[in-house]
Amino acid sequence: MPITRGFTGNRRRERPDRLPPGQYDTGSSWPTLTAEATPSGSLEQWTERWRLRVDGLVESPQEWSWAGVHALPRSSYAGDIHCVTTWSKFGMTFTGVSVDTLLEAARPQPEARFVLAHSTTGYTTNLPLEDVTGGRAWVAWEVDGEPLPRGHGGPVRLIVPHLYFWKSAKWITRLELLARDQPGFWEQNGYHDRGDPWLEQRYQGDP
Amino acid sequence: MTGPAPAGGWTVGRIVEIDHPTDRLVRLRLHVDDRVDHLPGQHYVVRLRAPDGYTAQRSYSVASDPDDPLLELMVECLPGGEVSGFLHDVAEVGDVLELRGPIGGWFVWEGDVPAVCLAGGSGVVPVVAMTRYARRLGIEDRLRVVVVARTWEQLPYAAELSRYGAFVALTRENLGERVAAPPYPSELAAYVAGAGRAYVCGSVGFATYATRLFEEVGVATDTIRVEQFGETG
Repeated sequence: MPITRGFTGNRRRERPDRLPPGQYDTGSSWPTLTAEATPSGSLEQWTERWRLRVDGLVESPQEWSWAGVHALPRSSYAGDIHCVTTWSKFGMTFTGVSVDTLLEAARPQPEARFVLAHSTTGYTTNLPLEDVTGGRAWVAWEVDGEPLPRGHGGPVRLIVPHLYFWKSAKWITRLELLARDQPGFWEQNGYHDRGDPWLEQRYQGDP
Repeated sequence: MTGPAPAGGWTVGRIVEIDHPTDRLVRLRLHVDDRVDHLPGQHYVVRLRAPDGYTAQRSYSVASDPDDPLLELMVECLPGGEVSGFLHDVAEVGDVLELRGPIGGWFVWEGDVPAVCLAGGSGVVPVVAMTRYARRLGIEDRLRVVVVARTWEQLPYAAELSRYGAFVALTRENLGERVAAPPYPSELAAYVAGAGRAYVCGSVGFATYATRLFEEVGVATDTIRVEQFGETG
């Protein structure tokens, strides 16, 4: 590909090893990207209605209320996040419950190989089961010690930080275990099926 | 949509025209090799490459009708913007840029559903593509447009949108008889009537506001499609 005449790049000196290819460090700001209307209503109304379900190909389908999910062992992720729109944000802490804890209760059947995450808005995203197990995924309601803001997926969102952040579904309400991969919302709309930032799997057709 | 939206891989585009409608906007018109025709509302990625291989890339909505022989982008120059600043200050006619697109299958309008758009600032760009498409096909009655900006000067494509029949709400200066204010629900109501889909495009703050406004005038939440950009600070 051609060199762009006159371009040298002004963020180069800030470019540490922890930044995946094609990403930039957004610093203290936290951009948002949302495709549907952000849910409205008070926190009380929202959390009273909300349930977290784990179902599909599991031995024991589970459903937790807002209080129920808070009674599970707490778990945190501390590290970086990467958005397909090319920003990365370093050193964040998300706290909630590990997806491992949820799956331990639901017990996936042997043929379960994929997860389709569903949001209250109807948004979905698909993930191989191994991308949400082994301490790699959380259902989180706190960021940096504060309640997760609504625009960033609060009160509760999925966090799968080793993949581009569209996989970390906002307003998560259900994890459906499947035998076959079923493309989610962005995956049907031009984005990559897996979305590994270190491989720059942004859009359909990226290797 | 009848099938998956068109998607294109990496290619290059040559700048054929470039101008600066305001001191914060740059309009690029590019000839794109092996162009895959887009749908109104889709975007492209622009990637800049330094001599040592360093790259920076950003996404920009397309303003042109798919029928236009050139691809038109309208880029707002952001403070410290690595890519927008280059496009604004350095890029010239004849320069070749790496491009990828079209991308995105959600924030698109094919004319099949009566729709209403509420766009703020440079968020009008994908809406301009929709209006150009509607005008060419003679289906302007299926696309109603409301746009919001601080001033006329800061509204990209202000004259063109106004000619299209868009309702223009300026928040910092009067426009004709209209006193500076965000759009009132009563102003929006006529544009929303009969729409089966609603598009919101603008900054994060604008998108939140516009979504609420649509809901307030009775637009069903699940018909709202949002494209937003920028930072929450």
